[in-house]
Formats: sequence, C-alpha cells, structure tokens
Amino acid sequence: MFALSGPLGRTITRRDAALHAGAPRPGTADPVVLTRDDIEAIGRELDALRAETVAKLGAEDREYIYNVIKAQRGLEVAGRAAMYVPFLPPVWLAGVGALSLSKILDNMEIGHNVMHGQYDWMRERGLSSREFEWDTVCPADQWRHSHNYMHHTFTNIVGKDRDIGYGILRMDPDQKWNPYYLGNPVWATLLMVLFEWGVMLHDLEIENVVQGKRGWVDVKPLAVGWWRKAGRQVLKDYVVFPALSGPFFVTTLVGNGAANLVRNLWAYSIIFCGHFPTGVASFSEEETADESKGEWYVRQMLGSANISGSPLFHILSGNLSHQIEHHLFPDLPAHRYPELAPRVEDICRRYGLPYNTGGFFRQVGSVWGKIFRFALPNTLVGRPKVPEVVIERSARAA
Amino acid sequence: MTDIIAGGKRRVPLLRRFVGLAEAMATPHGVDRYTELIAPTVTVNDLRAQVTAVRREGDRSVTLSLRPTRQWRGFRAGQFVRVGVVVDGVRHTRCFSPCGSEHGADGRLELTVKAHPSGLVSQELLERARPGLMVDLAQAAGEFHLPMPRPRDIVLISAGSGITPVLAMLRTLVDERHDGRVAFLHYVRRPEELVHAQELRRLAAARGVAVIVGCTAADGAGDVDGHFSAGHLALAAPWVRGAQAYLCGPARMMAAVREVYDGMGLGARLHTEAFDAAPAAVPSDDEVHGTVTFSASGIDAANTGDVLLEQAEAAGLSPEHGCRMGICFSCTAVRRSGCTRNALTGEADAEPDQPIQLCINRPVGDVDIVV
Repeated sequence: MFALSGPLGRTITRRDAALHAGAPRPGTADPVVLTRDDIEAIGRELDALRAETVAKLGAEDREYIYNVIKAQRGLEVAGRAAMYVPFLPPVWLAGVGALSLSKILDNMEIGHNVMHGQYDWMRERGLSSREFEWDTVCPADQWRHSHNYMHHTFTNIVGKDRDIGYGILRMDPDQKWNPYYLGNPVWATLLMVLFEWGVMLHDLEIENVVQGKRGWVDVKPLAVGWWRKAGRQVLKDYVVFPALSGPFFVTTLVGNGAANLVRNLWAYSIIFCGHFPTGVASFSEEETADESKGEWYVRQMLGSANISGSPLFHILSGNLSHQIEHHLFPDLPAHRYPELAPRVEDICRRYGLPYNTGGFFRQVGSVWGKIFRFALPNTLVGRPKVPEVVIERSARAA
Repeated sequence: MTDIIAGGKRRVPLLRRFVGLAEAMATPHGVDRYTELIAPTVTVNDLRAQVTAVRREGDRSVTLSLRPTRQWRGFRAGQFVRVGVVVDGVRHTRCFSPCGSEHGADGRLELTVKAHPSGLVSQELLERARPGLMVDLAQAAGEFHLPMPRPRDIVLISAGSGITPVLAMLRTLVDERHDGRVAFLHYVRRPEELVHAQELRRLAAARGVAVIVGCTAADGAGDVDGHFSAGHLALAAPWVRGAQAYLCGPARMMAAVREVYDGMGLGARLHTEAFDAAPAAVPSDDEVHGTVTFSASGIDAANTGDVLLEQAEAAGLSPEHGCRMGICFSCTAVRRSGCTRNALTGEADAEPDQPIQLCINRPVGDVDIVV
C-alpha cells in the first residue's frame, strides 16, 4: 500500500504505512482517500462510459470530421488566394488569419486526433492513424512515438514523460534545479515562437544527446525524417507559394510565416494548459509501476487540466481543452469529449477527486507562473500547497 | 492515362511537371484531398467509381453500373475488383466480379450483388444504392480469366452468385464473335432467383452458344432439373473433352463438378474460382483453437488464447509496439484473414485485410496476421 499525493508535481511514497498514516502537510486540507475498491469502481465506470461512446460512433462522427476537413481546406485555399492581393491590407490580413486557422484546425482537431487513431474505425485510408500526415514540420511517425506512446502511456511520470518540460524546461519541483533553469522564461518563450520546430525535435531527446546517452546512430534516422518532412513544408510555405505569387513573393512569404507563427503561439498555449496549470499532479516511476487500468485512469485524471470555453474554442483547441477526457480516452473522437465531460466531472465529484478546469487566461497565467517559479530552486520558492489524494494500491506494487 | 501518353511525347513531362508542382503545393495531404472537394470524381491518384445506374432484380439482387475514374486500367473477364462502401460511417471492402464484357462501351463496370441476410455491404447496396453514389475501387485482380489466345471450345459452369465472372466471359466471347463452341451451364434454386435472364436469352441466340439453366429445387422449371451431374454436362457440351472449362459457385457445387471432371480425366482442363456466399461467420464459442500465422515472418504457431502481441513475442518475433494497453496504436498490423476478438470491448471482427491492434486482440481460431 502506498500513498500518492497530488499537489503540483510532488508525490510521496509511504510504503507499509497505514492508509491514513500520511499526515497532511501544514496548511493543506485532509487528503482525499481512494481505496482499492474505489479505484476499481472508477475504472469500471470509465470503461462503461467508453463502451457507451464506442457504440454510438457512426455516420455522425464521419460527417463531423469531414466537415472540419472541408472547413480547413476552404480556409487554406482562401488564405492562400488572399496572398495575391497584398495591396489591399485588410484582405491580406484576413488571408493570414484564414491560413492560420487552417493550420490550427489541421494540426489540432484533425491531425492530432486522427493520428491518435480516433477515426481508424472508419477504415478510411485518408484518415488512418498510420498514414496521416499533418501540416507541420514534425514527421507523423516520430510524433506518434513520442506523443501517443510515451506521453499518453507515462503521463506525468517524472523521468519517463518527456512532455514535462520537453527536456528543456523545469516545470516540476521534482526536476532537479541547476542554473540553466534560470533561463526558464526565455527558453519557454523561444519554444512558443518556434513551437513546430520544438515538436519536430521532441523525439531527439536533446538532453540525452547533450549528456552523450544518444549518439548519431540513434539520431540519424530521425534526421532523415526531418529533412524529408520539414524540407517539403519549407518548400511549400517559403518557396513554392511565394514564387507562384510572382511580384508578391515577399508579402506571401511573410504571410505564410505569420500563419505558422500564429499556429505556434496557439498550439503551445493550448498544449501547455493541458498538464502544467497549478493543481496538476505528477508521479514517480516506482509509485506507478505495474498499474491497474483503474490506477492508470486515476493518474490520467489527476495529471491533466481542462480549459473552459465556447464550442468554437473547443474545436480550435482540437478539443484538447478537454484534456482530462482526452487522456482517459485518447482514441475516442475528440468532438465527443464535450458530451463526456459532465459525466467524468460527476465521477470526480463523487469520489472527491479534483477536476481541474478554468478559463483560458487563468490556465495560461497559471502555466507562466510555474515557468517563472521553477526557474528558481525549491529552496527559494518552496513547494506549492495543494490538497492531497491518497491512493491505496494493490499489494503487487509493493 | 493511356490516351494522354498516346497523345504525343511532349505532353507527358508537362503533365508530370504540373502534377509535381500541384503535389508540392498540396503537401502533406496530396492533391486528391483538395480536388475531391470540388467533385469526388476528380482525382489525380485515387481510383474510385461512381454509380450511374441501379437495376434491382427479384427481391435479393441489384445490378450496378459504375463509371470508374480515369485511373481504371480495365479488367479481364473473370477477374474481381475490391469495392469499398460506407455503411454507418465505416468503409467496408468486398470483392465482386464484374459481369460485363471486357469490351463494354466507355469502360463502365457492371456488378451484380446478391444480398445475403447477414451481408452488411450487400444489404446496404440492395437497399440504398442510388445513381451518384461514390465507392472506392481497386484495380482488377485474380488469375481466373480467359487466356489469350482464347481456347476454341469453352464450358462455363456456375451457380447462384457465381454467375458473375462466367457471365463476363460469355459476354466477352459473344462480343468477340468467338468462332468456337461455348456452353453456359448455370444453376439456381428457383427460376425467380435467376438474374440477367433477358441478357442470357439474348446471348443464347449468338452463334455457337448454348445456354442451359438448371433449377435445383423446382422440378420442371429449368432447362434441366436437380443439381449438377455428368448428364447435364453431356447435354450442354457433348464436345466437353476438347474444351477448357471455367467454374464458379458455392463450395459443394464446385466439389461435385470437380469430381465429375476428375472422373473423366479432364481435371487439368477445369479452372475454378471459389467465392464465399456468406461473410465469414464469427464463431459463437471462444474455445481456444486454431493456428496463428505470422505471414510476414513465415511462422505458424498454435493459438494460445493470449493477445496477438504476446503470441508474436512468444514465437520469437518482436513487432513494433508501445503502450500494451490499446491506446497508442504503435502495434497496429494487418489481419489478412480470420477472426479476432477485442479484449477490451469483447467485439469480434472477421473482415479480411483489416488493421488491428495486436496488444488488445485475441485470435478466435485460425488467424493470418502480417507480422
């Protein structure tokens, strides 16, 4: 048996202790206690919710995703067409906006979700997780490895989930501090501006290359993929379309670059709100060893945060505003998350679990707060105080 | 494509260059993902077809005329095509043998589909196919077709929906004004189940063609009564010893024909195409049995009842995988044939050539997986 506390990336292991043995730290409320039976019951409820949704999948979901694709293609064509009239600034600006929206839809509601296998059940070649490519420099196969497998399986396990700080930021008090992290806000800003390139380099595991744990043999196949994918993307946005617009080469190039930048800022902000706002838990490798499905579910719920907003906001976030539901059911079509959310929140409420949600600006603010806070060592800024969740684990883990 | 190539030397590189530029503009999605939004029939790479006419015969059969997109390379009489149809949001693929002549006007394709009570795709086509419907199409395939040059004398034998490939052969031969003898021996249970009756009457009038329809369950209704027999064959084609024979029908009927041919020492002259009248049934019991074939590695192993990923690893293979819990899709591989049951949902599926997740699927009986 051991406990797992959910405040801000800190976990405490209390082996061979009585369930309530862990006294809450000063200033925090009594910990929420989940027994083994509770956890298995939560697992069963979530499995049933999943089965209920899977049974509903059909023509409606097909129509939805094709409508989003049509909208995305329409915005893309309109945006690229508007680049031909840079002498009408409002039209040109609207074009940049349309192209930005197109790239946001392509990457988030379409690309990210299709590559999760959310539409594999349609057996449609163009929407198969194995074949889909998205409009960004990161090759789909590398993304599927670092994201679908590593991040979604080992969500918020310090040392295994490289999405905690992406190997370059300190986002958790359990990440050891060193002076490099004084630059946390600078590195975060650079990552935000160059986000698609950061995503491309994700599978490289830059920190392991720096430490000499990965050599050219590991990196070469990745680099071949980058050259192929990023090369085509750069050619399209910065050579072919500018060249096709003849005298407007420069304005088209600037417009395309701006659209890529807008997408970068948006995707970064939405994605950082998924796991970094205050109150999201992180875990250690030992306490998550040999998890049951119920324990995995609970970890996903404690390790993710939602963003509240309008239906359009949810679509533009790729429904990653429903990060909790996404992490519970990564392969269910994301447009189903809004209808699942009240049911998941209800489960959390009944078991006393936190359901972390908030408006966009609150969550983004919270993330940036962390970026600044963890630039400094724990001795200076301390550990944040948040309610604990104590999880009784089955004997096999001990 | 062929007419463009034939159109002159300079047009090919120009077209290619244009397509290359279009692909560079459309990357990473490909040109077709844009052109199909203008009209689903406008594609550069993808082959598909549009239904142009629908004719229902009896209460169980529907004949579709299809106009394939320009990538279509035609077919040889007797071959089959894969057709992908959307049913409740899911694209299902089935094989059908075109029943028209190889020399049909304007490259159209004619498919006759007999609906089975449990046939998802056939039922959908019977009930809902309308002109304008788009279907996915793959190039024709299969070794069962008339050779070139044509044999002089030809016997065509079929039963039920097995009529389609041999009807294509008969129509092709009639179109070619074949100067040898052709016997067409076809079986149905009852006369009202006969499809293409009018067309068969027309073909029967061609020189050298004999069309004989047998009814197995209604005495006196057909040209011959009862199941296939050596007597029927002798009646239809007294010259059978010098002929090549093409046979398509249900397994039991094919076995009966094979026996007669082997008995006459003519086995080498009999060419066959098996077809499944009903979709592969999902076994009702989950008793562990059968063999798992890892066909990409050439390894067979007895089914242990574990999920396929574990069985592959136990067989010494190391397929790509990740989470081992059904969320990351890293271990997805194609199930060529057989039935598997999803360990999470309990759902069984037996559609051939489908990608499945190895880590959460258990084989039910014999399964061929591309690992």
